Amino acid sequence: MFYIHCPYCGERREEEEFHPNGQAHLVRPADPDSVSDEEWGDYLFFRDNPRGIHHEMWVHRLGCRKFFNITRNTTTYEILETYPMGEQPTITAETAKVRHEQGVQTADGGWQTVGARPENSTLNEETPS
Amino acid sequence: MQRYSGFSLVKHALSHHENWQRHWRNPTPKKRYDVIIVGGGGHGLATAWYLAKEFGITNVAVIEKGWLGGGNTARNTTIVRSNYLWDEAAQLYNHSLDLWKGLSQDLNYNVMFSQRGVLNLAHTLQDMRDVQRRVNANRLNGIDSEVVTPAQIKEIEPALDTSKRARYPVMGASWQKSAGVARHDAVAWGYARGADSLGVDLLQNTEVTGFKIRDGKVFGVHTNRGDIEANTVGCVAAGNSGVLASMAGFKLPLESHPLQALVSEPLKPILNTVTMSNHVHGYVSQSDKGDLVIGAGIDGYLGYGQRGSFPTVEHTLQAIVEMFPMFSRVRMNRQWGGIVDTCPDACPILSKTKVKGLYFNCGWGTGGFKATPGSGHVFAASLAKGEMHPIAAPFSIDRFHTGALIDEHGAAGVAH
Ligand SMILES: Cc1cc2nc3c(=O)[nH]c(=O)nc-3n(C[C@H](O)[C@H](O)[C@H](O)COP(=O)(O)OP(=O)(O)OC[C@H]3O[C@@H](n4cnc5c(N)ncnc54)[C@H](O)[C@@H]3O)c2cc1C
Ligand SMILES: [Zn+2]
Repeated sequence: MFYIHCPYCGERREEEEFHPNGQAHLVRPADPDSVSDEEWGDYLFFRDNPRGIHHEMWVHRLGCRKFFNITRNTTTYEILETYPMGEQPTITAETAKVRHEQGVQTADGGWQTVGARPENSTLNEETPS
Repeated sequence: MQRYSGFSLVKHALSHHENWQRHWRNPTPKKRYDVIIVGGGGHGLATAWYLAKEFGITNVAVIEKGWLGGGNTARNTTIVRSNYLWDEAAQLYNHSLDLWKGLSQDLNYNVMFSQRGVLNLAHTLQDMRDVQRRVNANRLNGIDSEVVTPAQIKEIEPALDTSKRARYPVMGASWQKSAGVARHDAVAWGYARGADSLGVDLLQNTEVTGFKIRDGKVFGVHTNRGDIEANTVGCVAAGNSGVLASMAGFKLPLESHPLQALVSEPLKPILNTVTMSNHVHGYVSQSDKGDLVIGAGIDGYLGYGQRGSFPTVEHTLQAIVEMFPMFSRVRMNRQWGGIVDTCPDACPILSKTKVKGLYFNCGWGTGGFKATPGSGHVFAASLAKGEMHPIAAPFSIDRFHTGALIDEHGAAGVAH
């Protein structure tokens, strides 16, 4: 079970209030008529599918109903950060290792912890219940 | 290979069953093979067996990072059916169903294929229209599908709630009588034993960590046990296919998600068939051991942890109790997850790639167990000839650029 920090509500809520919507930061080609079949197919169907750091879009479906992004590790399931639409992640596959050592996130007793940004790090102190 | 028979059972009883031959050898990797199969699940092992048996290519290695069949092959809920909508898919799954019928004999291994039928329930008018359309398409393709009424359903599966009181009353169903279930690990073991006896090397605890590629042509793989060479490499790695593709320098249109299953405590025989519902979103059958075998949807986010989330467990069991209220107090014994490689059109990819000699067989997602024999057979034919088998050809990766998708979401809908 994830506890997810909604960057709009500013609250950590249970996974069931949210819904995942796939890879984040996909940009629709500005002029679809001018792209090749190859580019259009890539845009429609080809996604990142890493073992490791993934940036993905979620919606706070049963809350504020706004979309936002999560940086999450697809093997440990740790949520490293959540951030509003329009912003870029501060943690990427390249930097993750460093951030990991800095202890930005915790995982406790099989529970997945929130992804608050480092500046909100108190939110990461999860007590398993 | 020591053949199994009633006679051999009696003979071995005399020595207290202590002298049965091992199922397969545990060979050290050779430097070079004609064909390497990456992934020792059912599809990879079937590919190796058909390569050796039908196409005379026996200098083959199956490279498996864990143990044989430890991926989705031994994690699935074993539903076998072929009532798919589109001609291409119908051909592929029906080819497989034909092979299932003789599989235990072909392998001299009891895969416990049981044709107890599959019901796909409809709960809304639109469901009914979809069922009718699919059944009509099935019949044109020679598949034994029919539309059944709630009264007929009650006769087939008395335990199912077909009353009007249900939250989503059952309006009808499609019924494929020749569908059913099989024992999943026996399928992996049967193919493995057969392939080994024909000279195929089954290399367990061997992980492929990269490909050897020169001038756009593959000539081997890197593994944690050293390099192994071959000019033909077939990747059959289910949820990890994308990881392998990225090692070879390209992307696949796949997403890897956990899919869960549960089994209950064993019960006296209560279910006659397999019941699936897209709308209520769950499915259930009963194993010969007596436990209910239950599954439903995938976890919506990407994940490589073979466990799955609690909310999905809850939704799954809600659906089962909605369909079979009498199961409300049955206790669940075990729960697990497998990593399924879902494809945008809910159809697999059997294809050449931009690297010459490197083939992929993946994208089976939530429903590839039923296809194990057919997939192995047509993939082996393709590797042997260097040209995709006619049944496999429409499932090329090119379809995501040409637009010739084979949209089976209607037939799938619920993970199966
Ligand atoms: C819970 C669940 C229920 C399902 N229910 C059904 C059902 O009822 N009916 C149905 O038809 N289908 C069902 N499926 C789908 C079905 O299980 C799969 O489509 C099918 O088993 C895939 O077989 P495979 O041999 O391709 O994959 P797998 O059995 O997963 O084999 C792939 C193998 O590749 C290995 N591998 C991966 N990476 C590497 C590497 N780098 N080096 C070496 N080896 C590697 C893995 O260890 C694994 O053993 C279900 C799946 C799940 C998870
Ligand atoms: Zn919110």
